[in-house]
Order: sequence, then structure tokens, then C-alpha cells
Amino acid sequence: MRTVPAEAITAALRDLCITINHRMSADMLAALERAHAAEESEIGRTVLARLLENARVAREEWFPICQDTGTAVVFMDLGQDVHVTGGDIQSAIDEGVRRGYREGYLRASVVRAPLDRQNTGDNTPAIVYTRIVPGDRVTLSVLAKGAGCDNMSRLAMLTPADGRDGVVDFVTRTIAEAGPNPSPPLVVGVGLGGTFEQAALLAKRALLRPVGAPSPDPGAAALEAELLRHINDLGIGPGGFGGRITALAVHVEQHPTHIASLPVAVNLDCHSHRAGQVVL
Amino acid sequence: MNPTALKTPLAPADIERLHAGDEVLLSGVIYTARDAAHERLVRMIASGDPLPVDLSGEIIYYCGPTPARPGRPIGSAGPTTASRMDPYAPALLEHGVRGMIGKGRRSAAVKDAIRRFGAVYFAAVEGTAALLGRCVRSAEIVAFPDLGAEAIHRLVVERFPVVVANDCHGGDVYDEGRAKFRR
Repeated sequence: MRTVPAEAITAALRDLCITINHRMSADMLAALERAHAAEESEIGRTVLARLLENARVAREEWFPICQDTGTAVVFMDLGQDVHVTGGDIQSAIDEGVRRGYREGYLRASVVRAPLDRQNTGDNTPAIVYTRIVPGDRVTLSVLAKGAGCDNMSRLAMLTPADGRDGVVDFVTRTIAEAGPNPSPPLVVGVGLGGTFEQAALLAKRALLRPVGAPSPDPGAAALEAELLRHINDLGIGPGGFGGRITALAVHVEQHPTHIASLPVAVNLDCHSHRAGQVVL
Repeated sequence: MNPTALKTPLAPADIERLHAGDEVLLSGVIYTARDAAHERLVRMIASGDPLPVDLSGEIIYYCGPTPARPGRPIGSAGPTTASRMDPYAPALLEHGVRGMIGKGRRSAAVKDAIRRFGAVYFAAVEGTAALLGRCVRSAEIVAFPDLGAEAIHRLVVERFPVVVANDCHGGDVYDEGRAKFRR
């Protein structure tokens, strides 16, 4: 049994919230560079060049990459041989988010009750998903999830008869209907299978994968390539002003499902995609 | 294409000359307002109350900026999704607002109001929020301070880059751009 103080979780999350909101990840920068090289639309290339310039200014001058610094979605893989001491885990996570958003001059974007809409003032509570895993490590992944793209995400309970074509059609239609609103070019997370809520969680978790890294499953990787082709044929383009690059990558995560079901969830992330990970 | 430099508030002739897809650099005063501020403004208009700030002829920017670091007027300041303001925009255009800055498509009712009142809807790129924040010379909260990031800020901007999304002639950059590249 290894001991990890709750304070270590807080400190790590504080730093991670600040880092991902100011420093665009290498995989995301590379994806934007590739898009800039491939884009045929003049205004599309202008938008992509500005996104790269924005990333440089954010990093060098300490401006957040985007003013929507997101809901802090925390994925925790907690080793079963870890004993967290000196506080409860949810509070430790919330305190890390609170410090990160306050001390990092990040926007408080969370309201207490969905209908009363009082801002909590410190971007807490975090959204937390925990898995108990073998080992004595704590892996914390954070997604600073913007709302504009989350709002355009969709879930469908398809039938087995809908099959692969039904999945391709639903995912492509979701992006077509979202149009310019989710701030393309997008990172598209697709959750396939499981149950109603599991599909949505798979779609969100798919966003944690390095941008453009194909699924290790050959079938899923082929589906990702097909979906990307269909999405980039839509013509929506960078900023939605028209162009070839509407998505930078499609990541598909699958799970066994019921004989009667074919759940598919599409979670969109914008051209300011911010994700990061730390292992304690 | 070279961007057109314009001073705010925009003259009717400036708006008339703009077409969907034109790149524009705005300099002068613009006002931020997003969901919660719109709800209040339109409620005040409906009940005949005076608005806390005179918006006639002005441009509203759908933006909730990040907090300013010490020594700066503002943090990052990109646009939010404009369609959430669609239920309120026609009433504000009727009240005299002449420009809006946001991202994403507008409803048929808003596009119709843009034509009727000779207004313009500009798109900015959300992922350039740091660059947009750097264009802000000064910022002060002029209404609804209790709303935090959603308060109405009076911004003075310099060469703030936008694209004409919906012009007063019925042009729509999103429809036109997509049609060109759809396969």
C-alpha cells in the first residue's frame, strides 16, 4: 500500500489546469500545422495560421488559449494499492481546480444550479470520473471542456439494423448540423456501444487520446478514417467559413453492448482542444 | 484580400458597403453582453425601463472574457456561440443596436432583422481569444457587475479582426463558404 497525500492531488491539478489552458499540446500543434498545409481555402488557411499564432502568444505572454477555459473534467485512474490521506478525494480535486482557475486568471464558468444559474465563482465543482485500476499510481487526466462544442454533441440509440452505415450517417449528420457553432476544425470523440450513459462517457474519454493517434483496434481505426473523410467532405472548414478541414481527427472508443442496442455518442471538441495528464 | 479598417460606431454607409466574407479590422468602442445580460436587457426593453447603457448605434460583442492579469485591461476575449442570443437579438436590433460580434449561425428571424434594420453580424474566431484580448486597449464594467464574466463591459479595441458573417443584403458567409467546398 502506497500513501498519496490529498494535497499532492490538489497541487498537481492546480498546475495542470493552468498549464493546459496556456500551453497548447504538441499533438494539437502538429495537427493544426498539418491542417494548415492541407487546407485549400484561403480564409481557412488564414484562420489556421491565426490559431497557431494564438497558441504562441498564449504560451509566451500568459493569455489563456481561449476565454472559455472550460469545465474541468477530471478522469482519475486510482491504483487499488494507493491510500489517499489527509482529506477526501473529491474535495482535493475541487481545491486543485479552485486554485488553478483563481491563481491562473482563468474564467469561472460553472453555475450552481442549472435553472437558477448562480455562478459558483471558482469553476468548481469539477466533473470527476474514477476508475479503480491495478497498481499504486494515481493518473489524473484533465479536459478543459469548452461549452460551445459540448452543446453541439449528440447521442443516438440506434438499432443493430442501422449498423455501420447508420453510425457513419449519424456522426456525419451531427457535424453537419453543428456547422460553424462548435469552432471547427474539431476533435471528434465517438463512443460506440455500451449503454446509454457509457456511450457518452466513451465519447468524452476518446478526446483524451493524442490528437490523430489512430485506435489500436484495426476496425475502429478504419472507421475513424472513413468518418474523417466524410466529415471533411462537408466543406464547413476552419472557423466555419468554408474549407477542407472541418475535423483534425476522429477518435472512436468501443465497448460491448446489448443484443438489442447500438448506442452511438458524438462529443465534439473545438480548435482550442485542451487536455493533459499527470501521474502521481 | 486586404481587411477593411472601420471605426465604431459604424455609420449606416459603412454597414451598407459590407458583404459576407469581408475581413474587417474594428477600432473604437464595443460592448460585451452574453446570455444573462441579454435576458436582462430584453426584459428591461419589454417593460419600458431605460437600459443601463445606451446601445443605440452600437456593437454588441458576445463575449465573457477571462480575468485580467495585473497590469492588463483584460484577459483572453474570444466570441461565444451567437445562436444562444437569437431569441433576444431582434428586440435589441429594433432598439437600435447596429452590430453584433459572435461565432456561428444566426436564426432566420435574426437574419431578417439584420436586413430590416440595416445591421451587420460579424464572426470572430474563438480560438484566437488571446490575440483578440491583445487588441483590447481598455475595459470597464458598465452594467450588471453581479454577473461576473457575463457583466456588460465597455471595451476600447484597436484593429480587432472580424469577418462579415451576415450582411444587410442577405449574404451569409457560412452558407456561401460551405457551398464552395462541399463534395
